[in-house]
Amino acid sequence: MPPIPNGVPMSFYLGLSALLFVIGVAGFVLRRNIITVFMCIELMLNAVNLSFVTFANYHKQVAGHIFTFFVMVVAAAEAAVGLAIILTVFKNRTTLNIDEVDSLKN
Amino acid sequence: MEFLIATSIKLALIAFVLLTALAYIQWVERKVIAHVQVRMGPSRVGPHGLLQPLADVIKLITKEGVLPPHVNRVFYLAAPILAVFMALISISVIPFGTSITVLGHKTMMELADVNVGILVILAVSSMGVYGIALAGWSSNNKYSLLGGLRSSAQMISYELPMSLAIAAPLLSAGSLSLRTIVRSQGGSWHMIPHWAIFAFPAPQIFSFIIFMIAAFAETNRIPFDLPEAENELVAGFHVEYSSMSFAAFFMAEYANMVTVCCVATLLFLGGWQPLFPASHGSNFVAPLIFALSGAICIYHGINYVRPFDRITLPIFGVIFLGCAGLFAFPPLVPVLTPLFWFLAKMSFLLFVFIWIRATLPRFRYDQLMSFAWKFLFPVALVNLLVTGFLVAWVS
Amino acid sequence: MMDLLFFAIFATVAVLCAINVVLQKHPISSALSLVGVMASLAVLYLLLGGEFIAMAQIIVYAGAVMVLFIFVIMLLNAGIEVRRGRSWMATIFGVPALLGLLGVLGYLLVRWFPDAPAIKFGDFTGGTAKEVGYALFTTYLLPFEVTSVLILIAILGAVVLARKELD
Repeated sequence: MPPIPNGVPMSFYLGLSALLFVIGVAGFVLRRNIITVFMCIELMLNAVNLSFVTFANYHKQVAGHIFTFFVMVVAAAEAAVGLAIILTVFKNRTTLNIDEVDSLKN
Repeated sequence: MEFLIATSIKLALIAFVLLTALAYIQWVERKVIAHVQVRMGPSRVGPHGLLQPLADVIKLITKEGVLPPHVNRVFYLAAPILAVFMALISISVIPFGTSITVLGHKTMMELADVNVGILVILAVSSMGVYGIALAGWSSNNKYSLLGGLRSSAQMISYELPMSLAIAAPLLSAGSLSLRTIVRSQGGSWHMIPHWAIFAFPAPQIFSFIIFMIAAFAETNRIPFDLPEAENELVAGFHVEYSSMSFAAFFMAEYANMVTVCCVATLLFLGGWQPLFPASHGSNFVAPLIFALSGAICIYHGINYVRPFDRITLPIFGVIFLGCAGLFAFPPLVPVLTPLFWFLAKMSFLLFVFIWIRATLPRFRYDQLMSFAWKFLFPVALVNLLVTGFLVAWVS
Repeated sequence: MMDLLFFAIFATVAVLCAINVVLQKHPISSALSLVGVMASLAVLYLLLGGEFIAMAQIIVYAGAVMVLFIFVIMLLNAGIEVRRGRSWMATIFGVPALLGLLGVLGYLLVRWFPDAPAIKFGDFTGGTAKEVGYALFTTYLLPFEVTSVLILIAILGAVVLARKELD
C-alpha cells in the first residue's frame, strides 16, 4: 500500500471535476423539465470551474481564477436570459416539458 | 491545541451572549415601542418585565409544534433551521475589539480573522434568503408563497445597493479584512475621528445611509417588511409555523439585525475606535456613563414612584456602579474600552432599527421595487464612482 | 492529512448532491441539491487557495443565480416531472456513452499530468482579492469590459422578453 501523501493529488481534483461534468451531462440528457436541464448546464459549468481553479494552483498563476470569474459572469447573464425565455415558453404553452416544446409554430 | 481550546471557549462565550442578547433585544424592542406609543410595555413578569424573554422562551418551547398535513414536510422542517443557521454563522467573522490576554495567552476578540471577512458576511447573508423562500413555498399556502416570492425578489434587489455601498469604504481602507478596515479608521484630525463616514478623501456618509436603508430591506424590517405584512398576507412566509420553528424565524431576524449593525459599525463608524482621542479623555467616557446611570437609578430608587422601584432600582444602580468599577482595574481597561465603544455604536444602530419601526408605515410593493432600482442603485453607483475618483486623486 | 480529510468530505458531498440534482423528481429539490454542490465546491476552492473566487462562487452562484432559479420555480409552481415515452432510449444508449466519456476524461487527465505534485493548502496564495483584481484590471481589462457589455445585453434581453409577455 503506497504511503498516504501529504496533501491531495491533483488527479483527485480533476477526477472530481470530470465526474461532476459527466453527472451534469447525464442530467442534461435524461431529464425532461426545462428548468432541471438548465440547472444541469450550471452543474457542468461548475465542474469546469473546478478544473480551472485546480490548474491555477498547478501553474501558480491567477489566470485560472480569472477564467472562473468570467464563467460565473456569463452564467449569471445566461441565467437571466434563460429564465426569461422559460417564463415566456411557459406562458405560451403552459408546459415545462422539453419534449412538448418541439415545434417552431404553435 | 491551544488554538482549539481558545476557539472553543470563544465559541461558547459568543453563542451564549448572542442568544441571550437576541432574547433581550426583543424585550428592548417591546419596551421602546411601548414608550414611543405612550404605553408601559411588558411589566408583569419580573421587575420591569425583565423576565419576559424567559417566559416567552418557555411558552414557545412547551407549545405544540403543529405539522400541517398539506405541507412539503422535508423543506417545511428544514427552512427554519436553515434561516437561523445562516443568520448566526456570520457573527463568527466579526471582531468585537482588539486582542485580549488571559493567563499569558493572547487571543483576538473574534472567532476567525478571515482576510476576506466582509465577503464572507455578504455570502452568508445572500444565502439567508433560502430559509424564507423555502418556508414560503413548502407551507403550500398562497399567503406564504406570496411572502416567499416577495422576500426573494426584495433581497436580491437590495443586495445590489448594499454591496455597492459596502464597496465604497473598502476603497479607502484598501482591504477586505474587517480588522484591517477598523484599524485604518483609527486616529483623528483635530477633534473629528478618522471614521469612514468622516474620513478625509471621501466621507462615506451617503454609502452609510444607503447601507442602512438596504439593511432594513435585507432584514425584512419595517418599513420594508413586505414578506410578512401582517394586514395583507396575515403573516407572510411563517403563517403556517408554530412553536420553536416560529421562534426560529424571529431569532434569525434579530440575529440578522445584530449582524448588519455590527457590519455598519465596523465599516462606517470605526468599529472600536473611540469618538475622540484618548488624549482628550475618551477612556473615561465608559465609567462615567455607567456611574451616572447607577447614580440616577439609586436616586430614583430612593424617591420612588411605584412601590417595587424601592427594591429594583437600587439593585440596578449597584450593578451599574459595579460596571463602572470594573474600569478602575488597569489590566481590564484596554479590553473593556474598545468593547464598550463597539457595543455602544452597535446598540445605537439597533435602537435606530427599533425607532424606525415605531415611526414609519410600510412601503407598497411597487414603491419598494422602484425605490431600489430607480433611486438607491443609481445613487450607490454614483457614490462609488465619486469615491473611486477621490481615492485615486489623493493617492 | 487535514487536506485529504476535507477533500474527501466535501468531494463526497458534492458528488452526492450532484447525483441528487439528476435523480430528484421535483425541480426545487434539484435546485437545493445544486446549491449544495456549489457550496462544497466553494470549500474546495478555499483548499486550492482561491479565497476570492470561493466567496464569489457563493455570492454569485448560490446567492443570486440559484435564488433566481428558485424564484422562477416558485412563480411557475412547477410540479413533479411527467415521464413520457421515448426517453428510455436515452437511458439505454446514454448511460454507457456517459461512462465512456468519463473513462476518456479520466484517462486523459491522468495521462497529461502524471507527475503533478500533491496540492497542499497554503502553497498557493495568489488567489487573494488583490491579485485577482490586479490581473482583472491590467492583463484582462478588455475581456472584463466586454463581459460588462454582455451583462448589459442580457439585462436588456430579459426585460424585452418579460415585457412581451405582459402585452
